[in-house]
Amino acid sequence: MQQNPSQAPAIELINVSRRFVSPTGKSLTALRDFNMTVEPGEFVAVVGPTGCGKSTTLNLVTGLAKPSAGEVRLMGGPVNGIDPRVGFVFQTDALFPWRNVIDNVMAGPLFRGKSAAEAQRTAKDWLARVGLSRFEQHYPHQLSGGMRKRVSLAQTFINEPEILLMDEPFSALDVQTRTVMHEELLRLWAERKASVVFVTHDLEEAVALADKVYVLTAGPATVKSVYPIDLPRPRVVADIRYEPRFIEYCRTIWEDLRDEVETSYRRASQAA
Amino acid sequence: MTDTPLDSTAPIFRAGTSDAEIEAAAFKVIQRRKRAVFFWQIVILVGILGIWELASNQLWIDPFFYSSPSGIIARLYEWITEGTAEGSLWFNLWVTMEEALIGFVTGSVAGVLVGIGLGRNQFLSDIFSVYIKAINSIPRVVLAPIFIMIMGLGLASKVALAFIMVFFVVFANAFQGVREADRNMIANARILGASNWQVTRTVIVPSAMSWIFASLHVSFGFAIIGAIVGEFVGARFGIGQLISIAKGTFDAAGMYAAIILVMIVTLIAEVIMTLIENRLAKWRPQQQNDMQ
Ligand SMILES: Nc1ncnc2c1ncn2[C@@H]1O[C@H](COP(=O)(O)OP(=O)(O)O)[C@@H](O)[C@H]1O
Ligand SMILES: [Mg+2]
Repeated sequence: MQQNPSQAPAIELINVSRRFVSPTGKSLTALRDFNMTVEPGEFVAVVGPTGCGKSTTLNLVTGLAKPSAGEVRLMGGPVNGIDPRVGFVFQTDALFPWRNVIDNVMAGPLFRGKSAAEAQRTAKDWLARVGLSRFEQHYPHQLSGGMRKRVSLAQTFINEPEILLMDEPFSALDVQTRTVMHEELLRLWAERKASVVFVTHDLEEAVALADKVYVLTAGPATVKSVYPIDLPRPRVVADIRYEPRFIEYCRTIWEDLRDEVETSYRRASQAA
Repeated sequence: MTDTPLDSTAPIFRAGTSDAEIEAAAFKVIQRRKRAVFFWQIVILVGILGIWELASNQLWIDPFFYSSPSGIIARLYEWITEGTAEGSLWFNLWVTMEEALIGFVTGSVAGVLVGIGLGRNQFLSDIFSVYIKAINSIPRVVLAPIFIMIMGLGLASKVALAFIMVFFVVFANAFQGVREADRNMIANARILGASNWQVTRTVIVPSAMSWIFASLHVSFGFAIIGAIVGEFVGARFGIGQLISIAKGTFDAAGMYAAIILVMIVTLIAEVIMTLIENRLAKWRPQQQNDMQ
């Protein structure tokens, strides 16, 4: 069966399971029979209780980890190691603190063998796009949390990933900054329409940004339900949260998610 | 609730004071504090030396064993102007420095390379960890007689001792530094496209650097210990040999003078190291002085 790669889904997880085995031989199942499909250019948000297996899912897509069973496919092909088409934005600061802003942004192109001059040119371009041209020579510790996140976005986007994975990228920011970053992300994404998987525990964030919201069960994670979000684009994140349909989506999905959060919470308190 | 000021020396400004005035006042407070610290450091030094001198003069302590500051200075002066029993002071100092420096440089380079190598390779480190623990549990100075037996009284045996003392300290820190490197940062570099070697060069080494530097600070001292202990056990020249001779002739002033020389050299090395480190670590947050 030969598939046209341009028609293939950007990301496919087919019956994926992921077990962690501790050195003493105890095993913990983080994902079980996990199925997910992300179409090219689609923005998918994943919500689920803390510790259910969201980060584990993303690690399987990057190729940093391998599934214990099942298959992960990118653009119709199997995942073999780290795929150059993938970009990843981390929850915590993953910038290199000993490099100034522009050297951080240049890292990707330089790792990938571009010339220093070209890397510098594109890095300046991306810093202008995220509004940090004046801070090229600053070190990460001299920037605010929001500015550091912008640097992270520029650092990731400069590689022009076709698949963009984000693991609770804005959860450490204050509410106002977060809204600004949402606008920024949607603007950057609209320019090149990468396929996005955006992991969050903030349901409103998920509904505001995504085309589809995946709700996961308490660990081991499987997909509990999928909600298409039919809100018009371009969206203004600051205003969308007051629209009745937005509120309706949030209410429906929360009904679904609440059971899982409660299950997860009950387990955690029993374990404690 | 009472409103007690945290620091009674901090001035309280009336509303409308300009930033420049507040900064100037704060700067003055900082300067005054620095001078006060320096003043007390000098007072304590002079006090201790004064009491020592007086006690020795008045025979409260036996000058034969404890010498006196003036006696030590006289001996240093004599060494500088007339040379020691074993030739010029500078030559002896250089012999010890040469041993310590070669041991320090080779020991730290080897320590960094092996530390990073094993830190990056779980399998090798699992294999070698037991041997390293075993060798590490040998008090290094007991190796001095062996090295001298094998390599003779010259440079090589002292360098070997200094090397082995430096190596383990630097190795342990470099290894730990590699292990402490942030996993997210490594993952980030790899996803951005870094090869294994690029990860080592751009993430692992810089993040291990602060650990490595911490060890370099102490390990120059260890290199000197290695050189001097080696000289105690058997040598023709060097500061350790001077101390050894001073001990043989019951020359207390000579022993203290040698100690002071070593102290000065080690402190200079420490200052140089701090300067280099500050240069390399310009990315780190500066400590801010609280204005209040
Ligand atoms: N490297 C690992 N080794 C062992 N267990 C792990 C590892 N990574 C994650 N886990 C476990 O897998 C489960 C899911 O983790 P994770 O994917 O990080 O959750 P989430 O991102 O949804 O909060 C958790 O119970 C966690 O303890
Ligand atoms: Mg997570």
